[in-house]
Order: sequence, then structure tokens, then C-alpha cells
Amino acid sequence: MPVAPTSSASSSSSSSSSSSSSSSGFPLTARAVVLAIDNIDTDQIIPARFLKTTDKVGLGRYCFADWRADASGAPRPEFPLNKPGAAGAEILVAGHNFGCGSSREHAPWALLGAGFRAVISPRFADIFRNNALTNGLLPVAVDDAVHHRLLALLAASPDATVTIDAERQTATLPDGTVATFPIDRFAKHCLLNGVDPLGFILREDAAIADYERTHPARVTTAPFRA
Amino acid sequence: MAVGIEASGAPRTLVDKVWDAHVVRPGTADVPAVLYVDLHLVHEVTSPQAFAGLRARGRRVRRPDRTVATMDHSTPTTSTQWRARAGAPPIIDDAGVAQLARLEQNCAEFGVPLYELGNDKQGIVHVIGPELGLTQPGMTIVCGDSHTSTHGAFGALAFGIGTSEVEHVLATQCVLQHKPRTMEVRVDGRLQPGVSAKDIILAILATYGVDGGTGHVFEYRGAAIRALSMEERMTVCNMSIEGGARAGLIAPDDTTFEYVAGRPAAPAGPAWDDAVAGWRSLPSDDGARYDRAIALDATRLAPMITYGTNPGMGMPVDAHVPDPATLAEPAHRQALDKALRYMDLRPGEQLLGKRIDVVFLGSCTNSRISDLRLAAGVLRGRAVAPGLRMLVVPGSQQVKRQAEAEGLDAVFRAAGAEWREAGCSMCIAMNGDQLAPGQYAVSTSNRNFEGRQGPGGRTFLASPLTAAASAVTGVITDPRTLQ
Repeated sequence: MPVAPTSSASSSSSSSSSSSSSSSGFPLTARAVVLAIDNIDTDQIIPARFLKTTDKVGLGRYCFADWRADASGAPRPEFPLNKPGAAGAEILVAGHNFGCGSSREHAPWALLGAGFRAVISPRFADIFRNNALTNGLLPVAVDDAVHHRLLALLAASPDATVTIDAERQTATLPDGTVATFPIDRFAKHCLLNGVDPLGFILREDAAIADYERTHPARVTTAPFRA
Repeated sequence: MAVGIEASGAPRTLVDKVWDAHVVRPGTADVPAVLYVDLHLVHEVTSPQAFAGLRARGRRVRRPDRTVATMDHSTPTTSTQWRARAGAPPIIDDAGVAQLARLEQNCAEFGVPLYELGNDKQGIVHVIGPELGLTQPGMTIVCGDSHTSTHGAFGALAFGIGTSEVEHVLATQCVLQHKPRTMEVRVDGRLQPGVSAKDIILAILATYGVDGGTGHVFEYRGAAIRALSMEERMTVCNMSIEGGARAGLIAPDDTTFEYVAGRPAAPAGPAWDDAVAGWRSLPSDDGARYDRAIALDATRLAPMITYGTNPGMGMPVDAHVPDPATLAEPAHRQALDKALRYMDLRPGEQLLGKRIDVVFLGSCTNSRISDLRLAAGVLRGRAVAPGLRMLVVPGSQQVKRQAEAEGLDAVFRAAGAEWREAGCSMCIAMNGDQLAPGQYAVSTSNRNFEGRQGPGGRTFLASPLTAAASAVTGVITDPRTLQ
């Protein structure tokens, strides 16, 4: 699975107390950063001007670039990711409909590059959720009551940790409350076992060839080759 | 494409029919379906890592004859040159040049047809697909771009995918998908003068929100949809993703067939008749069930404008900016408050008469010939307001040539607007076409997110008519009242 490595060891070592994690990195026990804003779009997660890369790695420094710094490049100290406690946090707690907007896979690459391993939100945009799972960034969709409780707990104890268990599909809040969350079964299988979805499709090669024989193309792009 | 041939069984929707015709391996609770892709559109921004993956695995592109690439996002609009030339000032930055060069190399190495900048068929990926006749009813179409939903206007199941999936499709011509739920979006009634397709979709977004369609595919139906031209239908379907729906479809009809007929990639002769016969079986059967249904009356619509920082924050152009204090839900109150602070707008303020700095006419939403004609109709014999910058960016080189043949470029130039080469331009602001911090723009594009058109830039989304009327006056203007 093409997992984008986190940008630096220092961003993930300090808070992670997860025991004997599998290759997926879950279960994960880590501190969380709160961005309780609804409809955080992919242009905020990574602005389009940073998409002129041909790489997957090194995008962590652009994560939330225009919220982290002002037009002159000076950091905005009030932005949650700039606060001292944010260093080493591996979980992002966001508002509704996280990841709406474009299909850019650069969004999960940037979040992973910034050291995040999971995002907790009441709801994720479809393309983002899929892109995140493909890269091993776990979208944890919890109901509104759990979300409110988590926000309240983290407001009271910003350094508290949350445990996310992908196998059991549970999030354990700082007060011990255990909430369950859904994961697509196939995506979970890929995540926990390091299965490459492309390999899965490639195993269907005979069926694909058969489909192509029985469904001849009506359209070809070839005649317009420049 | 054997579409709609299953004769028996329960009534099916358009989406059911296209889906069923493309299943290579059905999905189960444990695994998604393997779905065949008829057409894969590629551009420079979301493909480099996918080609690199293929190379690393030693794989080829399975069906280059079902794949086509263009340069659009990073391209300059001041020139059809993109390469850095000795002694000449750079047209775009080095990273943009490198990205375009990488696409060129990848297409050459893997045998993928490419409409590079300078080619007479180059343009925005969602403009050239339909224009070349590659986009046809009943197809499955994917692209590493969320506005792939545009092609749903033809009754195709078309949706945006991530770069990992771009690699999957390059390698296998298939994508892993769970069958989406469906939502009927019924728009009955009749649009009034000055109100257009863009206003329909902005009104849907304002009413049902930017996540109203999450987990679903829209099927637009009803008299007002049937009355739209193909280009207008593309405008509506284009912004399905702004409502959270990955795809938005409209059943094909005679309007669709007339548009496709005679285009370079369209079937001809007996194959055309066969194709049309198949396409006529695509519309949803009577009694077909949708998972959800929403409705809107087109007769009551006014020209729309957005006031906030997502496309669902929209209202009639003559309405007043809502007051966060009137919202019951704290999260909604906070979101609106944040948006108004970014936009520097006051609750209760009327946007009519608000001074603007820039008008952008372009993007995969509104850069086709009919959009340019509408705007030119407003600008003919008028001038862009002093101090206002208007950028007109045709969606493709073919649109550009057509506009020039009709003299529309002369109308725009005479009015004081800039007439540019084809590309995404200021919709995504990757190529140097961008707002300065704090500037206000009326834009015919699809996203008003913070910084979308340039860091600190502020976007009001509207129709080409509203954009052109506002360019003339220099302030936000109701196109119905332009003197």
C-alpha cells in the first residue's frame, strides 16, 4: 500500500504510546488537535498552489498553510496547529463534512506528512474519505453526541489522549467512553493487512479481459492523437 | 456498451442501468465491485504520482485508447507556450513547467494521447471531453478531478477519483466502487429571464447544503432540466460535487443526441443508429426508486450569488447577507460568522451595489461558447467599469476559435476585458492568474473557498449574466435590472 511516510520522526514520537502496533500503526493512542470547524475543504487542507509537485512526500509543511500563516508568512499563534501542545498530536478532531471539495489526494498526503494518523469528524466527504483510507489515514466518523463529548473533554484537558483501534473500530475518549465507528470492510482489510487494492483488481485480469471481449468499445481516444 | 438490455426485474434508475452495464465483478459486503471505466481523462496535477506508481511496478497503461490527457490546471493563459525559453521571462513558475513536462513525458512513455498546450484541441478536461464527442450517454467516466461530474449531463456515470485510483484505472481500466445511493433532484417549472442554469445549481446548494448529497449520486429530472441545452446541463452537473454528490446525471434525450451527433469521436452511420437506440433505453424506468428525493421550482428562482466561503452559502442576488445570530445551531452560527469575517461582510448587508475588483468568466462550470455568448450579449456596446479587471478565459481552444469566429473576442476586448488562452486559470489560481489579498471577485467558477482564487482573495460565485452585468457597473448587479 502506498503509504506516505510522516514527514519527520519528531512529529510522531513524543505522544504515541501505542503498544505493539501492527504495520497499520493502529491501535493508536495519541493527543489530538481540535479544529472544530464545519466543511473544512481540501483547499484549506492544502492550497492548490502547492499541487505543482510530482511527489507524494514532503507536503506536511503545506498542511493548512493559509490558516497557519498570514500573507507575509508569519505564523498565526492563535491557530490550533501552531500552539505548543499541537506538536506530536496524531489525531485531528474536525467539524462536519471534513474534506469537501476537490479530489486531490494531496490532502491526505499533507495530513500524513504533518504527522496525523486519524481524523475524527461526524461526517466526511466521500472522495476524501476514500483517499484517506487508501493512504492509511483513518477517517473516524462518530455521531454528534460523541463528537460533542470529545470536544468538551479536550477543551477541559487539551493534553488528554484518545485511543483509536481500527481492528475493533472503537475510539476511546479521555474519560474512558468507548465509541464505535464504521470502516468499509474492504478498506479495513487493506489497512490492517497491508493489502494493495491494485493487486486485488489485477487478480481479476481474466474477468476484465472477458468484459472487454463482450463489451467492445464504442469510443476510442486514439484517432485524435496529437 | 450493452446498456439497458436486462428486460425483466424491478424498474431501474439511470444510475442502475449504467452501473449494471459496467460491473466486471459484483461487489459484496466484504469487497467493492470491480467497475469497468469507458473513458479515463487525465491532467497534469493529479497524474504524476500515478504514472510513477505504474513505472515502479513495471506496468503499462492497459487501454491507452480509452485514455486521454490534456494540460489545463497549471497552464498559462497569456500564451500557448509553456516551456522556459532562454532569454525570455518565465511564463509560469518552474514547478508548473516541470509538472507539464512530466505529463508530456508520461504520455509519450505510456502511449496516452495528449492535447498539450499549443494543440488546437487543448482545453479544460471537462470541456474537451464533450466537445470531442468522447463523452457519450451510458458511459462510465473518471478523472482525477472532482468536477468530472460535469459529464453526467450526458447520462454518463462520471465521478472524480484520487491519484491512487488514477493508477488503478491506468493499470486495469477498472475502479473499485460500492454502488452509490441515488437522490432524485427534481426541478420543475420554467426559468425566468435573467435566470440561468448556474442559478439552478446555486439555489440547490443554498437550499440543501454542501453535504446534502454525501454518499449519493444525483439524478436531475423535471421540466426545467429537460428545457436546458447540453451546455447548461453541464453547468448544473458540474457542481454536483459542491453538494457532496460525486456524480450528477441527466437522462439523455434528443437534446443530448443532437449535441453528440457529428462530433469527432461520435459513432457514425449505422453505428450511430445503434448507439441512439441503446441510449433511448437509459432513462429511469417508471416506478424506479430513489433512496432520497428533493425538489425545487425553477419558476421562483432569481439570479443567485454566494456571500460566504462555501458554495452552499448563496442567496438571491437582491437578498441580504444572513445574520449568524438568527441561526439556532452553534456550529452553523460559528461557520457563518467565520465566513463573514473572511469576506468582510456585515450581517444584513445587501450585496447589490457592493464594489468589486475583478470579474472572472471561465472554468469548467461556465466557459463554453453559450456562456461567452451570454456575457458578450451584456457587454456589447458597453464597457467594463473603470478600475475593474475582467478576465475572459475560454474553456478550450475550440471554444476560443468559435468565439473569435463570432466576433465575441472583439466585444470583450472593446469593453476592456482581457481575452485569454484556454485553461482553468483563476478558478484554481495555480498558473499565476489570481486575486490579490483582499480583492473581491464575481466569478463564474465553482468554489468560493477561502483563498481558492488566490490567498486572501474573496469570491462571489454567480452566473455569466450576473458576472457580466457586474463587470459593467463595477458593483454587484442584478442582470435583470442593468440599464
